[in-house]
Amino acid sequence: MTMPAVRRKGWSRKQKRLATIAGLALVVALAAALVLTALRDQIVFFYAPSDIIAREVAPGTPIRLGGLVKDGSWQRDGQNNSFVVTDGAQDIAARYVGILPDLFREGQGVVAEGRLEPDGSFTATNVLAKHDENYVPKEVVDALKASGEWRPEAAQ
Amino acid sequence: MSIELGHFALILAFAIATVSTVGGYLYWRGGSRISLVLSQGAVLQFVLVAAAFAALIQAFVSSDFSLLLAVNNSHSLKPLIFKISGVWGNHEGSLVLWIFILVAFGAMVATFGRRLPDDLLALVLATQSMLTAAFTGFTLFTSNPFTRTFPAPMEGNDLNPVLQDIGLAIHPPLLYAGYVGFSICFSFAVAALISGRIDQAWARWVRPWTILSWTFLTLGIAMGSYWAYYELGWGGWWFWDPVENASFMPWLAGTALLHSALVMEKRNALKIWTIFLSIITFSLSLLGTFLVRSGILTSVHTFAADPTRGMVILIILAILIGGAFALFAMRAAALRQGGLFAPVSREGALILNNLFLATAVGAVLVGTLYPLLLDALTGTTISVGAPFFNLTFGALMSPVLLVLPFGPLLAWKRADVVGAAQRLIGAAALAIFLTILVSALGGVSISLAPIGLLLGFWVSFGAFAELVDRSKLGRIPLGESMRRLLGLPRVAWSTAIAHFGVGITVLGIVTVTAWETELVTTLNPGETAELSGYTLAFDDFRQVDGPNYRAEEGHFTVTSPGGGQRQIVADRRNYVVSGMPTTEAAIETYGFSQLYVQLGEPLNDTHVVRIWHKPYITLIWLGALLMALAGVLSLTDRRMRVGAPRRAQKTAVSPAQ
Repeated sequence: MTMPAVRRKGWSRKQKRLATIAGLALVVALAAALVLTALRDQIVFFYAPSDIIAREVAPGTPIRLGGLVKDGSWQRDGQNNSFVVTDGAQDIAARYVGILPDLFREGQGVVAEGRLEPDGSFTATNVLAKHDENYVPKEVVDALKASGEWRPEAAQ
Repeated sequence: MSIELGHFALILAFAIATVSTVGGYLYWRGGSRISLVLSQGAVLQFVLVAAAFAALIQAFVSSDFSLLLAVNNSHSLKPLIFKISGVWGNHEGSLVLWIFILVAFGAMVATFGRRLPDDLLALVLATQSMLTAAFTGFTLFTSNPFTRTFPAPMEGNDLNPVLQDIGLAIHPPLLYAGYVGFSICFSFAVAALISGRIDQAWARWVRPWTILSWTFLTLGIAMGSYWAYYELGWGGWWFWDPVENASFMPWLAGTALLHSALVMEKRNALKIWTIFLSIITFSLSLLGTFLVRSGILTSVHTFAADPTRGMVILIILAILIGGAFALFAMRAAALRQGGLFAPVSREGALILNNLFLATAVGAVLVGTLYPLLLDALTGTTISVGAPFFNLTFGALMSPVLLVLPFGPLLAWKRADVVGAAQRLIGAAALAIFLTILVSALGGVSISLAPIGLLLGFWVSFGAFAELVDRSKLGRIPLGESMRRLLGLPRVAWSTAIAHFGVGITVLGIVTVTAWETELVTTLNPGETAELSGYTLAFDDFRQVDGPNYRAEEGHFTVTSPGGGQRQIVADRRNYVVSGMPTTEAAIETYGFSQLYVQLGEPLNDTHVVRIWHKPYITLIWLGALLMALAGVLSLTDRRMRVGAPRRAQKTAVSPAQ
């Protein structure tokens, strides 16, 4: 007799609080698992050309390549662009199909998203735009400092 | 002269804010005399900051190049609207705008909050003054916009061309009004914790401010998204850029707050959580300011990378947020929870909404801060990009969208889920039918598209289930139903419209992600290109001089699948003073879809043209506009009127309602 009565009255306050906390913990745990999996699989590492040679980055891995566009290396044929990204120590040949950002210039910093090809060249799917002429991406500055090629006046 | 007056006004505002803070916290129990003095102080702060702001605008408009800020960010040939918006197109000026909106909100509370209890009003205004003091102090000591330069140059250096756009006149003021508006919720939360006055009336006072700020923030983010879409020329509308996330996190938290305050107002439950969310939402707004203004992120929003400024903002943040949470930790336990309810009830649904929104904020926060922390701790540079956010955010939002239509149909305290489901059968059937139809017509290009479509249609149609149900549409004569429909309270309408807006935005995101087409090709005058049934003919290429730039214009004729022809112009501009080029894409709207044409730099007389067809992309922003419209509509409901709690109580019990 007592059991149905209890059920009709619904959960007690304590049970309800427990259920809420359990539900909350479950969602948070699921979200945390999701975030951690995504962080492991979906992040993109930034490499300067020297890093790519030194760490033997596997072809096909999505990466960000950063450095300076080597002087005299930019060639265009319609929408097909090829240029060389350098950090002073190493060079990587890169290809990009499309319209490069307004401020893409030889001798200036660049960050390109894409993949390495088996032949060691780089295919960019996206070349990041800079927002003004004085801006060199922070990652590029750090990479250039690491290879000893950083000249602040080059940024101007 | 007016520059010095403006500078002096800002110093005076700083002094008054400081005195108001100290006086308010010491004597908040002082009854109507102290609350009156603080109210006058708040209005005075507003008048003084408005004067300082006006002085800056006047210097920019009259091209007074003895002001360093105008030299760095203005030019006498710039159109008037960009001279004015250029005031906040830089670090110092944008802070003044931030403070101007802060004191405007403070003055609004002082003006409309006369009916608030004196102790609560005094504490709210004291907290608001503390924020004003902190940020005017920061501006005056680290980022003074009133610095003169001698000798004054003849001409200014011009504003960053990317910012010379109507977007700069609209986006920052709206976004800041949203960010800063949540300071009122923060101040109310702090006041409630100190005074111990946390009840349904408190929620009723806070909710209009939440809705107002949320409405501004919704418009600000939507405007920013559209601006980035048409100006930056990448054809994207959202990049999960840390700066975008910085504005999106307060929006998510604010959306959660909007719903939890509802539970608190109606049912006197979720008090601690609502207070917590009020603090969190404004803390995220401050974090956004810090991320953007400190220079630790490089983006179009970063004006100056001065590490000392970043450090000072970080300290201010630590004190404000840390202080609020310390207060919360000390006082929250003393709050009495009320309002029992079953897990299946409107309260339960709103808790679910809050749970997922809060978790989504957490996921976005991790994705935004993780690269910064990793860089600071280990020196490894990574980027957490769109794939991370699409996966985590998408997974967390899908359950929310799935249960969203149920929410308004559930009763308070204990609800009948089967009854609610029955009333949603029509919406579900319509959503499934349209999903199958659209997938069949459009072809399934990505496997998740039908699921996205289903959720979008489901939310869009489900949003109106409550209106249909309450007007007994289809069960009684149509005229009678219409009469009932129009007689429904405006909050019911605004709920439906806001949820409909969410569905519309989801539909826009899904269609443009799944069915967007793109073509990059070389095109010369006289040639044509074809994409998704549209034919683009390159008619002419010209060099044109603008007021402060030179442009290369590509003139095109677009023939749509329907046969209509339109002329469009895509251009590349070279700003003479700064030497910076920009790309102005040609965007032509067909129904809800858009054709987006970008012109590349010419090489040996050949031109590269990039064309996108973006099906139903405008739905994304249209949905946001609907959400904002819903916010405005609910503010006009008399039960929501700011500062009219007593009358509101009367309407709530009147039988006519």
